[in-house]
Amino acid sequence: MIEILAVLGLPVAGALLLAAIGEREQAPAVNVGVCFLTLVAAVALTLKVVSNGPLLVLDKLFFVDSFNVFLVALTAFVGFTTSIFSRPYMRIEQERGRLTAGRLRLYHSMYQLFNSTMLVALLTNNMGILWVAMEAATLTTVLLVSLYRTPESLEAAWKYFILCGVGIAQALFGTILLYFAAEKLLGAEGGALLWTELNGVKAHLEPTVLSLAFVFLLVGYGTKVGLVPLHNWLPDAHAEGPTPVSAVLSGLLLNVALYAVIRCKVLVEGSLQNAFAKELMMGFGLLSVVVAAFLLSRQKDIKRLFAYSSIEHMGIITFAFGMGGPIANFAGLLHMTVHSLTKSAIFFAVGHAAQKAGTQLIEGIRGLITISPTIGWGLALGSLAILGMPPFAVFTSEFLILTTAMREQPWATPLLLLSLGVAFAAVFSKVQPMVFGETTVQRLPHRPAMLPVFVHLAIVLMLGLWIPPFLADWYRQAAKLIG
Amino acid sequence: MANVPLWAQLINLFAAVLLLLAFAMLAQRRVLTLIDLFAAQGFALACSTAIVAYATHQAHLYWSAGITLLLKVLLLPWLLHRLIRKLDVKWDVEGLINIPTTMLFGIVLVVFSFNLALPIAQLASTVSRATLGIAMASVMLSFLMMITRRKAIPQVIGFLSMENGLFFAATSATYGMPMVVELGIALDVLVAMLILGVFFFQIREQFDSLDLQHLEKLKESE
Repeated sequence: MIEILAVLGLPVAGALLLAAIGEREQAPAVNVGVCFLTLVAAVALTLKVVSNGPLLVLDKLFFVDSFNVFLVALTAFVGFTTSIFSRPYMRIEQERGRLTAGRLRLYHSMYQLFNSTMLVALLTNNMGILWVAMEAATLTTVLLVSLYRTPESLEAAWKYFILCGVGIAQALFGTILLYFAAEKLLGAEGGALLWTELNGVKAHLEPTVLSLAFVFLLVGYGTKVGLVPLHNWLPDAHAEGPTPVSAVLSGLLLNVALYAVIRCKVLVEGSLQNAFAKELMMGFGLLSVVVAAFLLSRQKDIKRLFAYSSIEHMGIITFAFGMGGPIANFAGLLHMTVHSLTKSAIFFAVGHAAQKAGTQLIEGIRGLITISPTIGWGLALGSLAILGMPPFAVFTSEFLILTTAMREQPWATPLLLLSLGVAFAAVFSKVQPMVFGETTVQRLPHRPAMLPVFVHLAIVLMLGLWIPPFLADWYRQAAKLIG
Repeated sequence: MANVPLWAQLINLFAAVLLLLAFAMLAQRRVLTLIDLFAAQGFALACSTAIVAYATHQAHLYWSAGITLLLKVLLLPWLLHRLIRKLDVKWDVEGLINIPTTMLFGIVLVVFSFNLALPIAQLASTVSRATLGIAMASVMLSFLMMITRRKAIPQVIGFLSMENGLFFAATSATYGMPMVVELGIALDVLVAMLILGVFFFQIREQFDSLDLQHLEKLKESE
């Protein structure tokens, strides 16, 4: 109870505090501090759930089970490491005149608010509040994407706002339909939107309404996940916003949106008793994997490249949850975790690399390793990890997904393998000359914070070799819950 | 039709008004009239919510009617008018749209939505069964409006009127969502509007116009 309030309250308090003092010199440190406290609260919550089992508090408004608890911990953790990375990064940006002090204040305040909306979305038990929090997450990040106020960033932010706004409106319609179906069983007294209540009666929910609701929910939240063909906003928003924002968008927001889709899928599947939801998710997932993989090779901007890679990985995860069953779900959850860690690590490295080269164009960034070995190695190892090289854990999860696909959906396996191969060729051939070769890059005025990159990659490496028993336990429980 | 109570007929009437206004907005080129139409749509929405509240004795729906009235009839149109005055785009006319074709598309969308809603409407225990189809149709029409418009403010009005359609679905087809959710949605809409207001100024500053054709630089590498 107290832990949940702390997890939710700290970022809000941080946002208010930073709205007041965000332009001062110590603001980045305050930002890191608030994120650290949030992480501590999230760890305390996690420990409590580990020892006492699922929690349902505050008039059933908040709910923690094995599925969302690890996402809460992950969100708080990546939020914390990103705030460490953003300290030197934003300082350099400010010194280069891309930002004023006032915008920095906006940035810090919105960063905290964004964190809190994601945590609310993860912890709430009410499908309506989940929608409200997702919309609020869009609104806070719109301002972050347009932070530089360049024509390109304004365009990206406008596109992001309109596309996600429309998408999320579809999700609201889906939520209304869900309520429409549930209200007959549970009455109008507010219980009809609570996930735990809905989960209890899911077998009796009206199937025709729920199948229509799921289409709207999948399209709505799927827009935020970045599923093809609803992905148009994603590369622009990633490329034009500040890099810490790209890192949290890719690493956290996409996960949270996918979490919403999966919660809905559990209900719909329980009601329909057929493969409708599965097939829709597999279809969208596979399409995203294939399209994103083939678009990778055409990218010239390094942040766009990794944005497309995020679409590809979200496609893989959606496909895995679409297949369902204990192994695919386990792999999907693992992939959510390691993709989030690896992709944010890559964005940290890419951010500093782009600052050194003074450009985000791949052609302009050459020979990172000679001037700054840490950034070069961070980028090289991160790229290898995200491409699914063993012994990193992305390999483990992709291997599990592929072997399950071979057994259960053999038709999809060639497409998946082909896409993974194409993605490998595209990304590797672009990253390799960036890391090695003749150099043009310069030194940075401040020491970059590269520790988060290696901490993330070390965790991904560890998960590839050994998954701690409690984590494996959660994944298994959550996988069973998802069905 | 004799056994349909008066309030149900009134809800259906307002539903029809809502849909008509959605069409009117689709066909309207001038920004100022568009805002008035949007306010009128909000008013129809508030009325129908109040009638549902009266008929079903659900006190919280009165609140939601009040919020709708305050937000969608008074506050948002006022904000939009203010924005237009400040940005000096009062006489903006959307030139590039082909209204007859758009209207035809709109009719197709309405037929489609009614078909989609038909199996659900038959399940509905609520008296105003047809309203779900109408709500879906007005969401689709606002969607179409957003796609066809090239200027920023009409696009945003499309976005807001989509929210109207959704709210109508929530209140009339299901007798209202729980209060916390409605409050959250209202807050989101308001914040969205404020952010967009800031945004308009930024776009204007950068491009000297609110024409979204300037915003077409970011494309796949060519």
